Amino acid sequence: MTGQEPVVEAVDIGKRYGSTVALDRAAITVRPGETHALVGRNGAGKSTMVAMLTGLQAPDTGRITFGGRPAPPLGDRDAWRRQVACVYQKSTIIPALTVAENLFLNRHDRGPGGLIRWGALRRSARELLATWSVDVDVDQPASALTVEQRQFVEIARALSFGARFIILDEPTAQLDGAGITRLFARIAALRAQGVTFLFISHHLQEIYEICDVVTIFRDARHIRTTAVAGLDRADLVAAMTGEDVSLAGDPHRRPPAADAEVRVVVRDLVTASGAEASFEARAGEVIGLAGGGGSGKFEVAEALVGLARPVGGTVAVDGRTLRRGSVPDALAAGVGLVPQDRHRQGLVPLLSVAENVTMTVPERVTRRGLISPARRDAFARRFITDLAIKASGPHVSVSDLSGGNQQKVVMGRALAGDPKLLVLITPTAGVDVRSKQTLLGVVEQVRRRGTVVLVVSDELDDLRVCDRVLVLLRGRIVRDLPAGWRDNDLVAAMEGVDLGHV
Amino acid sequence: MSDTLPSTTAAPAAPPPPAARRTVALARLRDLALVPAIIAVAIVGFIVSPVFLQPDNIINVLQSMSEIAIVVLAQTLVLIAGKMDLSLESTFGLAPGVAAWLIVDPAVTHGLGLHALPGALAVPLVLLTGALIGAFNGLLIVRFGLNGFIVTLGMLIVLRGLLTGISGGKTFFALPESMTYLGSTSWLGVPASIWITLALFAVAMVVLGYTRAGRSLYAIGGNVDAARAAGIRTDRVVWLTLIVAGMLAALAGLLISGRLASVTAAQGDGAIFQVFAAAVIGGVSLNGGKGTVFGAFTGVLLLFMIINVLTLAGVPAQWTNFLNGAVILVALVVSRITGGKAQT
Repeated sequence: MTGQEPVVEAVDIGKRYGSTVALDRAAITVRPGETHALVGRNGAGKSTMVAMLTGLQAPDTGRITFGGRPAPPLGDRDAWRRQVACVYQKSTIIPALTVAENLFLNRHDRGPGGLIRWGALRRSARELLATWSVDVDVDQPASALTVEQRQFVEIARALSFGARFIILDEPTAQLDGAGITRLFARIAALRAQGVTFLFISHHLQEIYEICDVVTIFRDARHIRTTAVAGLDRADLVAAMTGEDVSLAGDPHRRPPAADAEVRVVVRDLVTASGAEASFEARAGEVIGLAGGGGSGKFEVAEALVGLARPVGGTVAVDGRTLRRGSVPDALAAGVGLVPQDRHRQGLVPLLSVAENVTMTVPERVTRRGLISPARRDAFARRFITDLAIKASGPHVSVSDLSGGNQQKVVMGRALAGDPKLLVLITPTAGVDVRSKQTLLGVVEQVRRRGTVVLVVSDELDDLRVCDRVLVLLRGRIVRDLPAGWRDNDLVAAMEGVDLGHV
Repeated sequence: MSDTLPSTTAAPAAPPPPAARRTVALARLRDLALVPAIIAVAIVGFIVSPVFLQPDNIINVLQSMSEIAIVVLAQTLVLIAGKMDLSLESTFGLAPGVAAWLIVDPAVTHGLGLHALPGALAVPLVLLTGALIGAFNGLLIVRFGLNGFIVTLGMLIVLRGLLTGISGGKTFFALPESMTYLGSTSWLGVPASIWITLALFAVAMVVLGYTRAGRSLYAIGGNVDAARAAGIRTDRVVWLTLIVAGMLAALAGLLISGRLASVTAAQGDGAIFQVFAAAVIGGVSLNGGKGTVFGAFTGVLLLFMIINVLTLAGVPAQWTNFLNGAVILVALVVSRITGGKAQT
């Protein structure tokens, strides 16, 4: 590492897809040893830039150099792999194969006759992981890995090719708080070993935590590159959006009246994993359910809406006790849900926006027992407008939408039945700042109508809209924080640290 | 390239640490999931008829399954790579059919055949036909990106029709000796087709377990994008797999034609269901990336042992189809219970 030549330098990069300009004379320079953030709203050109930097696509104009030398030709995958590696949100690990084989896929250690020497392969896999202090059993199938371990394995694999420049594309989107902490510790350690990172994230807080330099893209252009230290949060957001966006909760909002009727009663709910919860919610109340990984917050939420069958306790909405583990019954009682994983539980990607939105409420769009496309589309159009879904119409297939807009469709589906209880599980995971604002704005709207909202998340921005936050720790509700909490207090409660008594 | 794997070159054979050995042993155990079922069927078979475990009957079971087993092997390769090839059953009939059509003398067979080529070319002709069919499947699936299920379903019908066309719906007989040799001869007192089947399975086990080409099938079936990212030429591998599968099915067809000394227009008709059943019973996933050659072998063995037991028990022939289907379902349930995992 000379410290002089940039690890990668992209200058004047232009790229068009048909009539869409994906990058317009964009540039980025990453210097050795730094952890560089690339931020921008959805569609700002981050992913296109990553595709250029990893050699998946060639730019129309401009040039890319690695350490002062021109980038290898597009077809030479090996040469690219020695320069740069990218850990994508989508896994490039093959679940059915062992960790060891994933590490050395298609470059297995071979003995006489070209036969693979499994013993040697496992040994070198263990050595490789030990070199980068990744504590994972190489003999287990990769499907057994957690998201976080999978990322570590992918990083180690990238390093084994000789690359010392790693692009992390939204690595924290699927991690919980503790996992993020461990990932950041790992990034810091690797950085000390001379690895340079380009970090792509929607969570601005994370950039302040681990990055030195930030490059901001907006509307396919490079806007600004600056040191993170001394950069004001508001300035950063303004550079990303081109205007002022406030993420803070509305300080003037009124909590629900103390005498509002109790609409949701959760009594002694016990999940299959052993987590317990009891609480009541009044009409129009927004309750946060927070906690780190393993706290049981997802299990509690899933038991509440019938996705998982609780082993004990009851949930009542407006006096009607829900049947345990029955989603249809929960829907009938007026429970709306934004599930944790929108790809797996939230959407049918090939169907249209309209079909997805009305999936839970077929009875509202039927005429004489048959689904009326006209009614369905009219119904969906309302949500497209209300939620500012960027789609040219209700017929657009959901797979063509960006992540933020897909999440809005999931939100629309949850709202379609005019729920009495709206359960939002990590509603803003992997969406851009503006979509986040829209999604959280919905919470304010529905509570005015008297709906109870339960926000299940450990994202502080999500929890700011809540009247109170219940903190789960190892399956028990340990704190009940009213609105106005300080970030430190909430984080401390989730981590099981008591700030008051230290 | 010198900086890629510094640590992997120095590796004298040393026993892996206990933890590794344990997991490897566990992986092997999963492979053996059907063995208890096979033993159970053997015991039941022995109770039904003491003949069951006599060498003659065991050879009989192995020979009756040998041709289908090779097709199961072909299908297993394709399934692991994440595709399907329904047309194998038609290749099974057409490949020897084409060879017979080009070779047999119409003067002997009442006008069937062209007598255009010498009998010595029979085996290469059969294999070439299989390879061409596989290559054409590959062209449609890999190059044109068509859905493999529908492509091979279309090919199944086309190839069956082609065989009916060239044979006029009749049966080719008076086959040259080169075509009948492998299917009818015995080596060391055991039919050659059994030796060939066992040898092919052994080779496939080594290839899939111990070569990069074999492992790339698992990578492609498991996550094609990841395989491509690892530098595997996924299209080429899938194409080659389809060609190899076609050749294996053709060879299987040659063996049965040799055993029966004829090629009927319906040779292999409907066999694909049994082939899929055996592969899935043996733990090969229809979604790709999962399964082993040994598992597929145990699957086909279990299936044919049950059929043999039913035959020995004197079940009337009219009930054969009903029982074949029932056997497949029962074997699936048995393998689900002994394997412990939901099948996909």
